[in-house]
Amino acid sequence: MTERAEAIAVRDLHKRFGPLEVLKGVSLTAHEGDVIAIIGGSGSGKSTFLRCINMLELPSAGSVTIHGETIAMKADGHGGMMPSDRKQVQRLRSRLGMVFQSFNLWQHMTILENVIEAPVHVLGVRKDEAIARAETLLRRVGLYEKRDAYPAFLSGGQQQRAAIARALAIQPHVMLFDEPTSALDPELVGEVLSVIGDLAKEKRTMILVTHEMKFARNVASHVVFLANGVIEEQGPPDELFGAPKSERLKKFISSIH
Amino acid sequence: MSDPTISALALTELPTKASMFKPHRIVLMAIAALLVFCVIWFMRWDWVPKYSDRLVHGVGVTLLMLFSTSILGFFLAVPIGLVQVTGPWPLKVAARVFCTVIRGTPLLLQLWLLYYGLGSLFPQFPGIRSSFLWPYLREAWPYGVAALTLSFAAYEGEVMRGAFAGVPPGELEAARAYGMSPFTVFRRIWLPRAVHRALPTLNGETVLQLKATPLVATITVIDLYAVISKVRQETYITYEPLLLLALIYLCLTAILVVAFRYFESRIPTRGA
Repeated sequence: MTERAEAIAVRDLHKRFGPLEVLKGVSLTAHEGDVIAIIGGSGSGKSTFLRCINMLELPSAGSVTIHGETIAMKADGHGGMMPSDRKQVQRLRSRLGMVFQSFNLWQHMTILENVIEAPVHVLGVRKDEAIARAETLLRRVGLYEKRDAYPAFLSGGQQQRAAIARALAIQPHVMLFDEPTSALDPELVGEVLSVIGDLAKEKRTMILVTHEMKFARNVASHVVFLANGVIEEQGPPDELFGAPKSERLKKFISSIH
Repeated sequence: MSDPTISALALTELPTKASMFKPHRIVLMAIAALLVFCVIWFMRWDWVPKYSDRLVHGVGVTLLMLFSTSILGFFLAVPIGLVQVTGPWPLKVAARVFCTVIRGTPLLLQLWLLYYGLGSLFPQFPGIRSSFLWPYLREAWPYGVAALTLSFAAYEGEVMRGAFAGVPPGELEAARAYGMSPFTVFRRIWLPRAVHRALPTLNGETVLQLKATPLVATITVIDLYAVISKVRQETYITYEPLLLLALIYLCLTAILVVAFRYFESRIPTRGA
């Protein structure tokens, strides 16, 4: 069995907001093709952890390596740190496809314009090429007919599917999902999860922060349980959900079901 | 179009064909027609042909004043609005002071301070008199353009501040998350989104700007209002020129409103 390459390696990540330490040393490695689900109660730091990977949130200590390239950091003079090379961060960010809880589609652009924006204006793809690729992606997420609509005229589920197409359009190494179904009405959750499930089947590398335990169990190759800013327990989903070891995880799982 | 308040304010919203011929509308239209007839028939309009060239020229000057100052003012307003949202604080304070002072004093006063104050200081410096700018600085219109531009920039700067601040942070974050540089985020997402939000207000400000342009007549710029004043002085006709003036401004306003509505409708919005 050949060792798969490391897609993302996070080492000993700390994050402080003032006196509050949200992440207390979290390390996580995602190999190519891994689908990692991060679960945990609210305030456990799971979203913060995900946002630290692409530096939307600046970690206070630790390192992030994307595809073998470690993000260069320097001290910010207030006890934390900041990227020392903005260009590097921008370049690495453009290799990560982020999907947000509240979709964050650009409201002044049509769905198609949203999807081609980053390929054209960040990666420098030719416009007709970007449009052709975007139309394929929109067909995949079932939104081809809506390509000329503005986001405000779409349902939450449609917006989130469009946001997934937008993230896929940059042909990311890794997809990052930040609670992609938490802002959706219950009847719209299914359509978004089925799109994400299809991506998982393709062996696309993904890190997924979610509250959908059943989904995490079915889709993830590896589940991480965060509690109080540390990884309390991790492992294959059946192990974690079937035979939780730590007291906290037992409590968390029983509180959900 | 869905917002009833905006629809009620618009000059362009016409009733449907069927409701056009309700009894009260027919009566009102008859009265209006009678009024127009009386105005044309019983008032003196024989002076119009004689002054038509000058009137057309005056409209041109008025429009030139309006567009040049609105466009220049808008380009000033963007940084004024932006630094009030992003800082750094010295620029923030400077922008806020500028907006407060300009918005807190009459435009006529600013115009006169520039024209009679600054305009009379300049000739005392030989350096300025011999510079290539002097042919312009001895004219009146640059002072009019400057005053109107600064005024527009101050009002619109406040509007843009709100518009920039009102763009949802998540959309900017998404732009950053896909690797956009700060300038690309501004150019592709933040600015167009803010301008779109500000368009309805920008429309109102531009209409107000149109109606501020007659002030330049007080510093000898011959705009539409100055031509009409001339007509009144030369012909001793009191009301007719003023009625025509009102009509022309009304038409110009209607054209502006229609043009802005077109731009607004190009990106439909819902809710926000």
